[in-house]
Amino acid sequence: MAVTTLTIDEVDVAVEAGSTILQASQEAEIRIPVLCHLEGVSDVGACRLCLVEVEGINKLLPACVTEVSEEMKVHTNTPRLQEYRKMIVEMLFAEGNHVCAICVANENCELQDLAVEVGMDHTRFSYRFPTDRDVDVSHERFGIDRNRCVLCTRCVRVCDEIEGAHVWDVAERGEVCKVVTGLNQPWGEVDACTACGKCVDACPTGAIFRKGVTVAEMERDRAKLEFLVTAREKKEWTR
Amino acid sequence: MEWAELQEWADQARQKRKNIRVYCCTSTGCQASNSPAVKKAMDKAVKEANLGTEVQVVSVGCMGFCGQGPIVEVENSQDPNHYRLYEQVTPEQAPSIIKGLQGEIVTATPGNPNHPFFAHQLQIVREHSGQIDPESIEEYLAVGGYQGLHHSLFEMSPEEVVQEITRSGLRGRGGAGFPTGLKWSTVAKMPPGQKYVICNADEGDPGAFMDRSVLESDPHRIIEGMAIAGYAVGADHGYIYVRAEYPLAISRLEKAIKQAKRNNVLGTQIFGSAINFSVEIRVGAGAFVCGEETALIASVSGGRGVPRPRPPYPAVVGLYGKPTLINNVETLGNIAPIITKGADWYASIGTGKSKGTKIFSLTGNVIYNGLIEVPMGITLREIVEEMGGGVPNGGQVKAVQTGGPSGGCIPADQLDISVDYESLSAAGSMMGSGGMVVMDQDTSMVGVAKYYMEFCQEESCGKCIPCRAGTVQMYDLLKKLLAEEATAADLAQLQELCDMVKATSLCGLGQTSPNPVLSTLRYFESEYQDLLQPAMSKV
Repeated sequence: MAVTTLTIDEVDVAVEAGSTILQASQEAEIRIPVLCHLEGVSDVGACRLCLVEVEGINKLLPACVTEVSEEMKVHTNTPRLQEYRKMIVEMLFAEGNHVCAICVANENCELQDLAVEVGMDHTRFSYRFPTDRDVDVSHERFGIDRNRCVLCTRCVRVCDEIEGAHVWDVAERGEVCKVVTGLNQPWGEVDACTACGKCVDACPTGAIFRKGVTVAEMERDRAKLEFLVTAREKKEWTR
Repeated sequence: MEWAELQEWADQARQKRKNIRVYCCTSTGCQASNSPAVKKAMDKAVKEANLGTEVQVVSVGCMGFCGQGPIVEVENSQDPNHYRLYEQVTPEQAPSIIKGLQGEIVTATPGNPNHPFFAHQLQIVREHSGQIDPESIEEYLAVGGYQGLHHSLFEMSPEEVVQEITRSGLRGRGGAGFPTGLKWSTVAKMPPGQKYVICNADEGDPGAFMDRSVLESDPHRIIEGMAIAGYAVGADHGYIYVRAEYPLAISRLEKAIKQAKRNNVLGTQIFGSAINFSVEIRVGAGAFVCGEETALIASVSGGRGVPRPRPPYPAVVGLYGKPTLINNVETLGNIAPIITKGADWYASIGTGKSKGTKIFSLTGNVIYNGLIEVPMGITLREIVEEMGGGVPNGGQVKAVQTGGPSGGCIPADQLDISVDYESLSAAGSMMGSGGMVVMDQDTSMVGVAKYYMEFCQEESCGKCIPCRAGTVQMYDLLKKLLAEEATAADLAQLQELCDMVKATSLCGLGQTSPNPVLSTLRYFESEYQDLLQPAMSKV
């Protein structure tokens, strides 16, 4: 195994060549905040929370898709990065309905955790909510509240890449972007949906939920997704 | 078809040209002012005057003087002094123009071919625009078309073609100005196998119509450029990604591709050589972000047009995962002349690092608007005040916006800067693809920033958060400023947002979207300050 050595926040790290900065930092137990990244599915570099500074490069680089290189010097938590991350989380909170007290995912929500992590206690930006983002509970077992969606597209990727059903996709653009099921049909009418629930497990917020779950009751089993990925990739089908 | 045969055909086409040619612009701009009817009336007038043997009415592409359209030009090959230009021609004036050939008085408004609008131009990409019928391959052959392709295939190795383009100093005309030769050589160096060439015709900047005009006026020039590029980098297939809002460009391209295939300048074994190259059109639904290379590739391959992080660059991993060369329309329009006239000739035009010419669509508060092709290094003042004739009704130029939504506003006191990649970017703007909007003293610069921000927030693909949510917040703040409800804290927040969106967005669209705000803040900060409200007044 070829090894690349680099420093992350002044810590020397040796990782398998070809790893991403995010993988290297996980190995070194240095936490980089992520939202659109989900273990087991492809990375899209969309949430920009994992941006890091690399010495000698002017641009900020997304840790999830940037490969390590020899003697790279990475900084993951500079004041500038902290400020940008905070602004990104604030903008997300301003964008939709992220009122934790009435959310199924309260206390089990990655967006909520991120807010705590970046030290956000209020948003400085003007609220865009309420908008005409809709709620779809036409599926017999699940529902989606698009007001709580952060457009991380984890549901899209998990459904496409692990379940192979590709029920989810993104429609429209800009602020009115939304995840849709089928060709923008009500979820309950989409024949391709296998009702596997992987999208529910993948969703970082309370946007996609199981029906009959009340406030702060939602729980997810992410290990299930990781198990499926290992099973498929390494043919290890037993836990 | 062999080259000799094609040449014979070109000769025939040249011989078929009649002594007097009446050029009627039938590009989108002039069509909008009824030029097809003018062309029809001209044909009728020629018939009625029994001049069919001497006079030929030709439907041609854009002559550039779009603001004064429909434009009619009369050229007499026997008598070079007999050159006439007419502006804003109506169908009723057609008989008078034809009778004018026999010495009668013409009622149509004469134009001045020696006007600085024309005199300052140097046409390379647009050399045939307005001179040939874009729907006829014979006309293109008659002016030396496809010679560059033939020369490349039979007298140059692919490496030599890449070297020639590198030596010419040509830089990408899509906006970023990346050295074209370097791009070509990167794709050429990738291991042999399936590669692609894509022509980016997804022009979406507000106020820009250069690429559309080039495609409408001389589609074969672009096809030839693509075929040369394909030979140079080892690609046998090309796509033209053109937006659906350009129906005339699409139909003329379709015709040109058919003609080129039929005459074996496209397809298998071009000119009897071992080289194959085919071209297909992909019509895009019209999204600004699809001009971004990776989003364009996603769209061509049938996916949602959203960008992905680079690297890997398209030159390495592009369309269907294969090495892909993406060049803008105007860049490809420069290829054939560089091959036929040589890199040294091309490199002698322009400035130290910006070679050749650039097409701009000059619009806004200027007397003469339209398309211009000028050598790099010309000053902004020459373009705006001399070619464009300055602001109408004796007004003053306040600023010139260049580079579209990714560009910025250059204030009037900097009009003497040289128009090249470096100078424009030093002034806080950019070359962009060539939109140039002149603004007069009555223009609100905050309003301008708001206009561009509205465009950016609507056109954001929504994939990355800073661009999707940040542009919306910036737009809101600009609205608040213009409504005279904003305080100094709002302005500070606007600046913070500019900084954040620029630094953190995924693709070029997001990274450059704060530019109109930043450049207007840089030169016209007082206008922002004047709109601010005292912080305590609302408490």
